[in-house]
Amino acid sequence: MKRKSQSKTARVSRRTFTAGLSAAGLLVGTAPFNIGRAQGAALKVGVLLPRSGYQAGIGQDCQRGVDITAGILKDLGLPSLQIMNADTETNVDVARARAEKLIGEGAQLLVGAFDSGQSSAIAQVAEQKGIPYVINIAAAPPITEQGYKFVFRNFPTAGMILRDAFVDQKEVFAAVGAAPKTAVFMHVNDTFGTAMKGGIGAVMPKFDMPYKIVETIAYDPAARDLSVEISKAKATGADALLMVSRLNDAILLTRELVKQRWTPMAILSMGPGWYEDQYLKTLNKLSDGPLSFAPWYDPNKKMSKQLDAALAKAHPGFNLNTNHVYTFEALLIAADAYKRAGSSDPKALADAVRTTNIKDNVSIGPGIQFDAKGQNDKILGGGIQNRGGKLITVAPKDAANGKPEWPLKPYDKRG
Amino acid sequence: MPAELYLNVAVGGVLTGLVYGLMALGLSVIFGVVRVVNFAHGEMMTIAMYIAVTLFTAFHLDPLVMLVPIAAVMFAFGYVLQTRLINPFITRPEYSQFLLLVAVAIIIVNLLLIAFGPDAQNVQTSYAYDSFQIGPLIIDATKLYAGLAAIVVAAALFGFFQYTRLGTAIRACADNYTGALVVGLDVKHLYALTFGLGAACVGAAGCMLLLIFDVTPAVGPAYTLLAFVIVITGGLGSMPGALIGGVLIGLTEAMAGLLFTPSAKSMFAFGILVLVLLFRPQGIMGKKTS
Repeated sequence: MKRKSQSKTARVSRRTFTAGLSAAGLLVGTAPFNIGRAQGAALKVGVLLPRSGYQAGIGQDCQRGVDITAGILKDLGLPSLQIMNADTETNVDVARARAEKLIGEGAQLLVGAFDSGQSSAIAQVAEQKGIPYVINIAAAPPITEQGYKFVFRNFPTAGMILRDAFVDQKEVFAAVGAAPKTAVFMHVNDTFGTAMKGGIGAVMPKFDMPYKIVETIAYDPAARDLSVEISKAKATGADALLMVSRLNDAILLTRELVKQRWTPMAILSMGPGWYEDQYLKTLNKLSDGPLSFAPWYDPNKKMSKQLDAALAKAHPGFNLNTNHVYTFEALLIAADAYKRAGSSDPKALADAVRTTNIKDNVSIGPGIQFDAKGQNDKILGGGIQNRGGKLITVAPKDAANGKPEWPLKPYDKRG
Repeated sequence: MPAELYLNVAVGGVLTGLVYGLMALGLSVIFGVVRVVNFAHGEMMTIAMYIAVTLFTAFHLDPLVMLVPIAAVMFAFGYVLQTRLINPFITRPEYSQFLLLVAVAIIIVNLLLIAFGPDAQNVQTSYAYDSFQIGPLIIDATKLYAGLAAIVVAAALFGFFQYTRLGTAIRACADNYTGALVVGLDVKHLYALTFGLGAACVGAAGCMLLLIFDVTPAVGPAYTLLAFVIVITGGLGSMPGALIGGVLIGLTEAMAGLLFTPSAKSMFAFGILVLVLLFRPQGIMGKKTS
């Protein structure tokens, strides 16, 4: 259908049309909008999270950790925090811009940002501006290898996650008396996934794991369709799926497993996604079974119970998870440092954060301390299993509140 | 890799590509007649997807059952959008049109964020996890239904343009604008009808895509870009070209994921686009313009 005559109407040539295509490209990265909020007075803490974009689900989950913090800090006799929220929009450049904006608006300490790429960008800004930055969740090792003086991470690096994942996996295999012989390694190709892939290559040989990786499949975390990835994995005939994923892709992958009628012996995740509430609620019975080996909390610690109760009250129906725990602990570190520093001076705050020594905490391990690089190197990971919409800690033994179920129940026999 | 793996992946790619094609068909129809590039195309589809999600959540109405009513709603939306907002821009420079529709797109994304939040939403139909097995071939039921529905809707659209007086009038507008005015056709009304039909197409495509993919407000721009890639590949303004382009892109993405690396799927789709622009700038089914 082509209009042949010349008319007064504007004519769009193919060249113009194609040029305009770039405008659509711009739109793809267009920022929705920022969310700003302030609470009370005290230390101004800028909380950067991916509240929109493909990591929005997890960003919103981290926010639940923020929501339940104020009451607990008050109970602990710690100073209150004025939370300044910002949305990174799951975008590294936006994360950098939002960090600069928060500092410009008076933020005295930054917390965030769930993702390694975004956290790296924020770390650069924080270091440049001399504002303390406590990373809640981000595992890429280089962040704390740059010699930064204002950047602190209360979260294990990819290497630490892998180390604990392999230790806990072997504990689980020993407990159930079985183990996969082969595995397909599927991972997101973002900063975190790529770091984990590199880490697996370096760390796995040291642990003499019972399985070998027969295929490695990288995929886009923002992918809308993962059917090809599962087809490829299924074709290998591997016993287990070794995963490093995010939330939306974990849901997509599970759906594809069901549709393509493949139930591996086990799904062994070493990242987020598979234990998130949205995963459990979206998939119901189909969410049961995957084992996640991730930074977790010790359900037997006093503060874990306190945090769990606060979450149940503020957000009924949500399970306490990594997102809440580590976001809470980042804010706990900020309040504790502020109390000890007695000042909001950035350098005094940074010095106070560096000398943090919190024994009464939530995550697995002896507590919160930072090494010379600003890394809490004492954190331990945990093994958890989804069961009936709940998360059971199955490893390590000291922090466990249940035993693992093995193997994965076939998807077509779940009623 | 076994042959059935290639077959399974290819069938999945073709079925997904058919729905992509239907989505792009709307864009092609609008451009072919009105000569306006709808930069809010993907965002309009997300509106339809959210209508379908809302109806499913509130009343358990299957998106495929609601396909016709939602397409009708989107038709009305498109008609009003054309008559009230876009029509005054028809005679203005093309960059004004681009900016107008980009603005509309941004407004839609943000309104959806306000209304529905950023979380991914989907529908869990009774057949959401079904698949059909024919020998070694496993076909995803939702993709099959969506692909078949795309063929039916596209056929209905072809029929409308080929065999109805209204469709003939719209084609006349596209072929010879001045001639259409001379013979007394109400061109503004026909433009609005065409924009409405394009919107109805994305409405229908949205209902189908919802069976396959989750929806978030942020997915709109990605679908807009995908629609552009498809129509440029298939041929601007060509209806069969849009469907062929959709199938080609769907199949390319699927096979690239299988044969190379899944994370490079989009790269291959854009590679096809670059090849088409280099060697057949008018697109596979497009006509050369002087």
